Amino acid sequence: MSSPVNRTPGQDVAVDFAILSREVNGHPLVYLDSGATSQRPRQVLDAERRFVERQNAAVHRGAHTLAGEATDAYEAARATIATFVGADPDEIVFTKNATEGLNLVASAFVNASAGVTGGVVGAQRFTLRPGDEIVVTEMEHHANLVPWQQVCAHTGATLRWYGVTDEGRLDLDSIRLSERTKVVALTHQSNVLGVRPPLAEVSARAREVGAMVVLDACQSVPHGPVDLHDLGVDLAAFSGHKMLGPTGIGILFGRREVLAAMPPFLTGGSMIETVRMDASTFAAPPQRFEAGVPMASQAVGLAAACDYLTTIGMAAIEEHERHLTQTALDALSPIPGVRLLGPISTDDRGGIVAFVLDGVHAHDVGQVLDSAGIAVRVGHHCAWPLHRRLGIPASIRASFHVYNDVDDVLALADAVDSARRYFAAA
Amino acid sequence: MSDLDDLYREVILDHSRRPRGAGLRDPFSAEVYQVNPTCGDEVTLRVRLDGTGPRTVLADVSYESQGCAISMASTSVMAQWVTGAELPEVLEAYRAFQRLVARRPVSAQAVSAQADAAQADAAEADAGAADPRDLVELGDDDAAAFAGVAKYPARVRCAMLGWTALQQALLRGQPDQSGAVAATA
Repeated sequence: MSSPVNRTPGQDVAVDFAILSREVNGHPLVYLDSGATSQRPRQVLDAERRFVERQNAAVHRGAHTLAGEATDAYEAARATIATFVGADPDEIVFTKNATEGLNLVASAFVNASAGVTGGVVGAQRFTLRPGDEIVVTEMEHHANLVPWQQVCAHTGATLRWYGVTDEGRLDLDSIRLSERTKVVALTHQSNVLGVRPPLAEVSARAREVGAMVVLDACQSVPHGPVDLHDLGVDLAAFSGHKMLGPTGIGILFGRREVLAAMPPFLTGGSMIETVRMDASTFAAPPQRFEAGVPMASQAVGLAAACDYLTTIGMAAIEEHERHLTQTALDALSPIPGVRLLGPISTDDRGGIVAFVLDGVHAHDVGQVLDSAGIAVRVGHHCAWPLHRRLGIPASIRASFHVYNDVDDVLALADAVDSARRYFAAA
Repeated sequence: MSDLDDLYREVILDHSRRPRGAGLRDPFSAEVYQVNPTCGDEVTLRVRLDGTGPRTVLADVSYESQGCAISMASTSVMAQWVTGAELPEVLEAYRAFQRLVARRPVSAQAVSAQADAAQADAAEADAGAADPRDLVELGDDDAAAFAGVAKYPARVRCAMLGWTALQQALLRGQPDQSGAVAATA
């Protein structure tokens, strides 16, 4: 197995990603949709394959050798992932994806508010009543908005939100938190604008009123150093497949005392302490939230992805993406009709550039890019309210990862100019 | 003709730039709003129906839409085609257009097989263009320009957006014909 030691982001590591050598529509693939899902290096695939071929068994049950080895591999993966994000292993819950992680948290509020605490001590801190408020932001991905709408529908709580400025930054003056605010749920980095809201300031305000802070870390954890203890958030969710890992696995982080007070989500095997015909008691976290036989090979693959990213260095990856973002801003802005969304600087933003092309719908731009082998996201990127706020139905989004290079960004700019000419010609 | 030109035929670009019969008009028998939730394309569409039963005439189709060239053009071509037609003809047009743009999903195996030059043509044919018989029975030249859509699974919903709105409007505006209309779904 080749090791990424001493290699730099860009073409140097791209060789680890077999899919990047594929041709699409007669052109070498230029993959600029890592914000939706990232590609996987062979180190991740090899780790998963090794596990399946040598150790595969149902974890946390059975006494045979494979069961023991599989359980060790699964728990070792949890420890690796915990270290990667500055958490402790028992604060890391494996979920299907980040969406499920956020729904897990939402369901804790719904259940506790209905008095269904599962006998969990301290669950009242998840109780919401009419008059209580949940605060989100106008730039959330639907995954960190719709579950909170549902919580409000179940509990009678009121949903409020921080607005977004014309520049695409969080408008801190748009609302005030109060004693009624019980939850503040926000993104660490917008999946459309790449903007990073001022988390420290929002967290401080939330702490002042005793509200819990829930972080959508899907777009931050894969792209730069993140220390969840340092951030001081109560709960955070992210996905494996956006950080060079497998699909079907995500992480919910919760501070130890927060997870300890959370009622269970999915129930059944693995998550119990005792079961009788009439009632059951539940295991301590993280097992309380991992019902059924879990995704072991995916956990192993995700840990391998963390190792891979760590070897290259998260700070180096962040710097690399900043360079690509700056290049994209510089190359796209002179193209007639291109309107960049969000700030025109790389301050407090990650490796995402979204834009519209005047007079040409995003779908049609995407089609021209695809014909040149360039994969971008078009549409509202599961952030419809943000697009409404910006006054546009859809946008084109290029998002970067460790395997992208300046050439990819220049190919994008060329193809956008081609799209402009294609639809202007007739 | 490049693949791109095959999708964006001149007729389609022209309809997308100058949608025929656009704008919402009164009076109307039913109004519906349809949206493509993956991209946010939307159309508000009204139908005016004259008469009852199978001889009902679709006297007017008016609409407001925003979306990609494919969805804008498709709604425009549809309005031009079916306005003034009797209900059975409208439903036949719907079915013919749907057959034209519908496409069978291609399996991962078939995509891999395309790497093998010997099988590439077969896979392409399997995945690709519409049955020429549909073009013949389509009976509308402008609509035939949408044959290229079949190669792009992500665009089928764009092409069908206005048609789906029409179907829903007919269901709402012609309850006694709902069986025939629903059968198009």
